[in-house]
Amino acid sequence: MADKYMELVNTGVTKKLAKLLGLPRPPRLRRYSPDAPLLPGPLLILGASSSAQELSDTLVSWGLDVRRHDAGDAKLGGILLLLDEVDHPQALSPIMLTAGRALRKLLPGARVVSFSRPASADDEPAVASVRQGIDGVIRSLGREMRGGATTNGIVLEAATTPVSPSALAALRFFFSGRSAYVDGQFLTVRNEEGALPADFSQPLAGKVAVVTGAARGIGAAIARTLARDGAQVVVVDMPQAGDSLAKVANSIGATTLQLDVTATDAAQQIMDHAIGRHGSLDIVVHNAGITRDKLLANMDAARWDSVIAVNIASQLRMNEAFLAAKLLNLRIVSLASTSGIAGNRGQTNYAASKGGVIGMVRSSAKLFAENGGSIAAVAPGFIETEMTAKIPLGTRTVARMVLPSLMQGGLPEDVAEAISFLGSDAAAGLNGQVLRVCGQSLVGA
Amino acid sequence: MTQQSVRNAVIIGGNRIPFARSNTAYVNASNQDMFTAALEGLVARFGLQGQRMGAVSGGAVLKHSKDFNLIRESVLGSSLDPATPAYDVQMACATGMEAIGSLANKIKLGQLESAIGGGVDTTSDAPIAVSEALRGVLLELARARTTKAKLAALAKIRPSHLAPSAPGTGEPRTGLSMGDHQALTTKAWGITREAQDELALASHKNLAAAYDRGFFNDLITPFNGLAKDNNLRADSTLEKLGKLKPAFGKNLGEQATMTAGNSTPLTDGASAVLLGSEDYARSNDLPMLANFVDFEAAAVDFVHGAEGLLMAPAYATARMLKRNNLTLQDFDFYEIHEAFAGTVLSTLKAWEDEEFCREKLGLDAPLGAIDRSKLNVNGSSLAAGHPFAATGGRIIASTAKMLHEKGSGRALISVCAAGGQGVVAILEARN
Repeated sequence: MADKYMELVNTGVTKKLAKLLGLPRPPRLRRYSPDAPLLPGPLLILGASSSAQELSDTLVSWGLDVRRHDAGDAKLGGILLLLDEVDHPQALSPIMLTAGRALRKLLPGARVVSFSRPASADDEPAVASVRQGIDGVIRSLGREMRGGATTNGIVLEAATTPVSPSALAALRFFFSGRSAYVDGQFLTVRNEEGALPADFSQPLAGKVAVVTGAARGIGAAIARTLARDGAQVVVVDMPQAGDSLAKVANSIGATTLQLDVTATDAAQQIMDHAIGRHGSLDIVVHNAGITRDKLLANMDAARWDSVIAVNIASQLRMNEAFLAAKLLNLRIVSLASTSGIAGNRGQTNYAASKGGVIGMVRSSAKLFAENGGSIAAVAPGFIETEMTAKIPLGTRTVARMVLPSLMQGGLPEDVAEAISFLGSDAAAGLNGQVLRVCGQSLVGA
Repeated sequence: MTQQSVRNAVIIGGNRIPFARSNTAYVNASNQDMFTAALEGLVARFGLQGQRMGAVSGGAVLKHSKDFNLIRESVLGSSLDPATPAYDVQMACATGMEAIGSLANKIKLGQLESAIGGGVDTTSDAPIAVSEALRGVLLELARARTTKAKLAALAKIRPSHLAPSAPGTGEPRTGLSMGDHQALTTKAWGITREAQDELALASHKNLAAAYDRGFFNDLITPFNGLAKDNNLRADSTLEKLGKLKPAFGKNLGEQATMTAGNSTPLTDGASAVLLGSEDYARSNDLPMLANFVDFEAAAVDFVHGAEGLLMAPAYATARMLKRNNLTLQDFDFYEIHEAFAGTVLSTLKAWEDEEFCREKLGLDAPLGAIDRSKLNVNGSSLAAGHPFAATGGRIIASTAKMLHEKGSGRALISVCAAGGQGVVAILEARN
């Protein structure tokens, strides 16, 4: 729970009062629990696709109550829109209007997910038109949802289909509570790479994962989530943060590595520790980062350079070393930021580093793929951490409620869920992606 | 049983909290808090969560009576399996050395597969006892059965009884403080003020350089907001040290040479060392930094003036070298605990002295000089501070890492202790 406010506007007498006054009522989000069902109710599938039957069979095997075309009066846990074969904007009408009528039957925490194809300059104009239009549909629908329900899309590139491994993995991620704070976003399936886990509650079983900046906040949440998902975790942070780091490690059976990620041999130390102590290095989460905010007019070299050194130069150097070591199937997940996408006053240095992460991820995808690996980034929006708790209350309330569709800040766990997903083998076909975990914030939309 | 028939005990790694000068960063931390923190950092570094260790052993020199099970209580407050046995050891400043050495022996004999040894001390949270006279009255009061008898007991309390009795570093049998004892030895061996200040300066410079190159990144876990030993003075100079007034042996007047700069301050801190058999280390994918080869304790008669209070390691070393067929020069590192600069320099001088080695150590020839560039190369107690029982663990873990970095060689460790005792040890790199 982000704060007392959400408690008040969602319970008892104060809920009625809040309704009367028209106060914004941020919904409780449906977050992941290994015991919870994948969706809160039946799934309605709309539209047509040549892999519809196979897809439907898979969804049934996941324990979902699947309805085709019409679910009657039943409450719904989700709607799946098969839009990958539509070829004209006019073809959207029956599907979207049926979906519209079903919206009021959605349960709290429901999910709407679409499958579509990317629009490209080589498409017929009508085809490109409908494909690009779907982008607008999903982002708009995201803003109309209530009760913590979200809308996201999966774009199928090249010969991939809704039943390609990473397409199914992305679908499962969007359906589950793991994507609670992901709204109005797209994941693009690039190829047939990736393998679904044998046990969906332990998608990282047998993996060795290193998390930098893991002593507190988002990094600590990432470490906990990776451990929950089955990984042996190595937590890394500055020697000065060693006591918090030890607490994180001891709560999840991890080992600590006190290390400054800007050290020239940081990657070597990480490989030595992970491989020497745990037998392999499978996942690296570049989470370590700092802010040294200042308007550019007042910026000094120390502030600018330290942010670049920690947030991006260290990652570039470490990635080079990991690539040179030719580790097999290595998955890298970096922390970007919506500041790097939309910009933020006082954060030119930070935005340079976080935009830099996005550029690095896109350019490194093919390099890591050479050894079966992948790289991705997560761009968090407003996340409730010790750091953001220092923002004055008024500003914080506006930032967390007014801007995002979900009317609240995210939790470190929300970022961690996306990282864990992108670091899993099932997400290999999503190589090079940047996923926003921002509750569909207006900022940088 | 010969050395060959027992298996190796290996040092896997260590962890300590930064050492803090008395009444500074750890003023509100108890021995149990600090040792638990040292354990937790070790557990985190080596992934020992939930593991049942063979044994955890250690102790404190200054100990509250409520801490009768200090190490076991620390284990229960840690992330180790609560089924891990633990016990307290106490041998003044050699507590850590004795604890770790004995654990190594049990590993060598096959009685333990894994063990953690160490120590802790605080002079900030030191026990304060009531006076002996008041204690007598209070015990009598507890025994009294009638109101009259109780009142009679209470009536015996005098204002003077209320003065508390705080522990000191004084020797019970001589009444002299440890520093004043060492001042006698320092003078007897003709150790100059300059030589002591130079050793102190080297300790600070070496410790600062070790921090700078990240040597302690896998040896220390911060505690209570402190990330570095706060006694360290990286900017110390001979000039600054030279200005300090004598703190010990003041009755020696002009010949007093021991200052607060070339003596260790009262310090709070804790350390822990992880040891195991080779099998244990291999099967858990843990590093093997060094072998714990041997250790030896000695004691001297300082009460009757036959020997200086802190000279026992000189004797222990001679016996241990002989047992291992080694000479004093067969080492790549010498870690001689700097209780006082004078202690280190007196010991070195004694080893070079023909008469001492013949008369006191019973040797045909002096043990000789050591290569001073191999002495306390990453700093020692003058810079880091000296939380009595924690010093052994600090030195053993650091030395094992030094040998591992070098990849070959041998190290001699020497720690003196109150009561005229001392413990020395040999570590050897794993090839």
